[in-house]
Amino acid sequence: MSDKVTAYVRTEMLEEKAPPSLNTGPLGWIKENLFPNWFSSILTLVSLWIIYKMLAAFIPWAFGGVWNASSLNECREILQGVDAACWAVIHERFWQLMYGFYPDHLYWRPNLALILLIVALIPVLFDGAPRKLLWISVATPFVGPWLLWGGTIWTPVAAALGFVVGIAVYRLVASALSNLAGLVLGPLAAVIWWILLAGRFSDLVSSILPLGIEPVESRKFGGFMLAITLGITGIAASFPLGIILALGRQSNLIIVKTLSVGFIEFIRGVPLITLLFVAQVMLAYFLPKGTDFDIILRVMIMITLFAAAYMAEVIRGGLAALPKGQYEAADALGLNYWQAQRLIIMPQALKIAIPGIVSTFIGLFKDTTLVSIIGLADPIGWVKYIQADAAWNGIVWELYGFVALVFFIICFSMSRYSMYLERKLETGHK
Amino acid sequence: MKKSVFLGALTIAGLAATASVASTLDDVKARGKLNCGVSTGLVGFAAPDANGRWNGFDVAVCRAVAAAVLGDSDAVNFVPTTGKTRFTALASGEVDMLARNTTWTFTRDVDLKFEFVGVNYYDGQGFMVPKSLGVSSAKELDGATVCIQTGTTTELNLADYFRSNNMSYEPVPIETNAEAQQQFLAGACDTLTTDASGLAATRAAFENPDDFVVLPEIISKEPLGPLVRHGDNQWGDIVRWVLNGLISAEELGITSANVDELAKGTNNPEINRMLGTEGNLGEMLGLDKEWLIRAIKVSGNYGEIFEANIGEKTPLGLSRGLNAQWTEGGLIYSPPFR
Repeated sequence: MSDKVTAYVRTEMLEEKAPPSLNTGPLGWIKENLFPNWFSSILTLVSLWIIYKMLAAFIPWAFGGVWNASSLNECREILQGVDAACWAVIHERFWQLMYGFYPDHLYWRPNLALILLIVALIPVLFDGAPRKLLWISVATPFVGPWLLWGGTIWTPVAAALGFVVGIAVYRLVASALSNLAGLVLGPLAAVIWWILLAGRFSDLVSSILPLGIEPVESRKFGGFMLAITLGITGIAASFPLGIILALGRQSNLIIVKTLSVGFIEFIRGVPLITLLFVAQVMLAYFLPKGTDFDIILRVMIMITLFAAAYMAEVIRGGLAALPKGQYEAADALGLNYWQAQRLIIMPQALKIAIPGIVSTFIGLFKDTTLVSIIGLADPIGWVKYIQADAAWNGIVWELYGFVALVFFIICFSMSRYSMYLERKLETGHK
Repeated sequence: MKKSVFLGALTIAGLAATASVASTLDDVKARGKLNCGVSTGLVGFAAPDANGRWNGFDVAVCRAVAAAVLGDSDAVNFVPTTGKTRFTALASGEVDMLARNTTWTFTRDVDLKFEFVGVNYYDGQGFMVPKSLGVSSAKELDGATVCIQTGTTTELNLADYFRSNNMSYEPVPIETNAEAQQQFLAGACDTLTTDASGLAATRAAFENPDDFVVLPEIISKEPLGPLVRHGDNQWGDIVRWVLNGLISAEELGITSANVDELAKGTNNPEINRMLGTEGNLGEMLGLDKEWLIRAIKVSGNYGEIFEANIGEKTPLGLSRGLNAQWTEGGLIYSPPFR
């Protein structure tokens, strides 16, 4: 029987077939995610309709806008009743929104200061950067303000010398007397230098060797340059201050603890705008008439103090999240307080606190717009100025939209960076 | 102990500094700049242009004073002040004078210890409504929602007016004029109330100004003028007479174009006294002979300043009305230069 036996058991597998086209690829994704059942389908359709409506109104408005006109009425004439944006106001006033009254031939100075700052941040933010860049990080706090305000070069030198004086006194006293005496006398010497001697020093040296760049008054600062200056100073200064306050709050030394708690709770109990009014209005009454205490400096101090109180609480949260064993382990290793903080506690606590720290930074940066209420010319202040120009009176969406967009870009970058940092520092405790 | 000593020393230093403070004129001269408080942007009255130069009706007063005192109309630090910070800025000495369409009232003059040196604009509070509301008089506004700027005299006037007419209203508080426009256009309130000049500016900025009407009632007196601190009469006199000089210049026909010509001497003794060819009025103020020539040269006399910033040819399109010279039926009137 050579008849063929019809095998009814398959000996070889059929080739795999692609799943039905409705279940894979984009279509499958759509079916699974957007139309899995009738209720979700309705929601999807409603959402799509809303998105379409919004974009249908927004896109022609934004992209059909006028870029070249010298007044709102000219825009309206060009548009002939079409509802579209008048971006010409941004085109004409862009540099003012960015730099305020800052002299335009000196725009390079804030730009350079910003570049310097970014370079200075590289070794702090990204490991693997050349360590020599750290020198720029050390110099930036002195060179940056000098670039912004100008004047004699000896002012930043005198300010930097304060730290040298402080450290020198600390070393001397610490070796001669005790560490604690050094910790008290060192900063005291630096403060005395800054308040009493630094001004005289820079005056004296600059009269011998006048080196400097064109000074720019604070009231010329404006636009995003002012917001970024205030934001960065606040961020840079509030972070170390916040760490100190957080440690102070957990300290066993009763005076340190009371002062820290009092400061934090007082500042957190007061709205920022109140502090700004104090800086703007009340200080002017308290200080002798004619005292020229720079308004931007006053505002910077207030913003820094405000942010520092919040920062302290965020960092305290990080400290509280650390298991007690970590502290005990540090003690067991024989580390002293500062070593333990530096090597064991802080790196972990700060890592835990990163999301909170960054959202405090973002909040602080956005809070800088409050200074427009006390009459400083930040972006919001400039929006008001431009609206008061007879040519642009009545324009609203374009200006606020532009300001919002720039703020969004800056704040979104900060938030993305914080996520990168979290991933980088993830050491697998979860 | 240490702290209280420090604070005590600070207080004494403060008191001493206050007591021995030099005259404002000397301060301004030593500084080489006039610190002039202006508004944080008000159409026609104060706003920086595309080149960052401040312009406007109030700004012109600052520039005229700077020209008279310092000889340079650009020697001014314009300090933007809000409705809330303006008086403390002046009282604390942060600004030397305030030219920020501020209403001259009893309490501001007496209780807040300022000195209004004159009136550069007679304003009054009015109402604007959309035509579609079908209202033709403010008396018909019973129960209306009213958009109103907070912290200004308009708020109090509104309350007074509605109370005396036995009407009720619902306030919608707003902070700035630009916000007011937006709220009003969005229909957040039935009527918008502020100074008539502000209403004109707001209406001029609308896309369809004809859809809105300004009601005929003017419910308050709002004499707006520059002010200085109590206690330095010499400085107050300077600001007052610069303003009066600009007003008299219009009355006597002195313009920025012919002031140089007239300064060579004329048959009119008052012009001669003003421009320093006769008498020594400038020296009495502590200035030089040409003080008023410089002030007038900056942007002309009162009428020229009015026309250039808020007059009928500008987008604001305000007519002179009450602000015409007294010879033409208005209230603008300067005491004689004698």
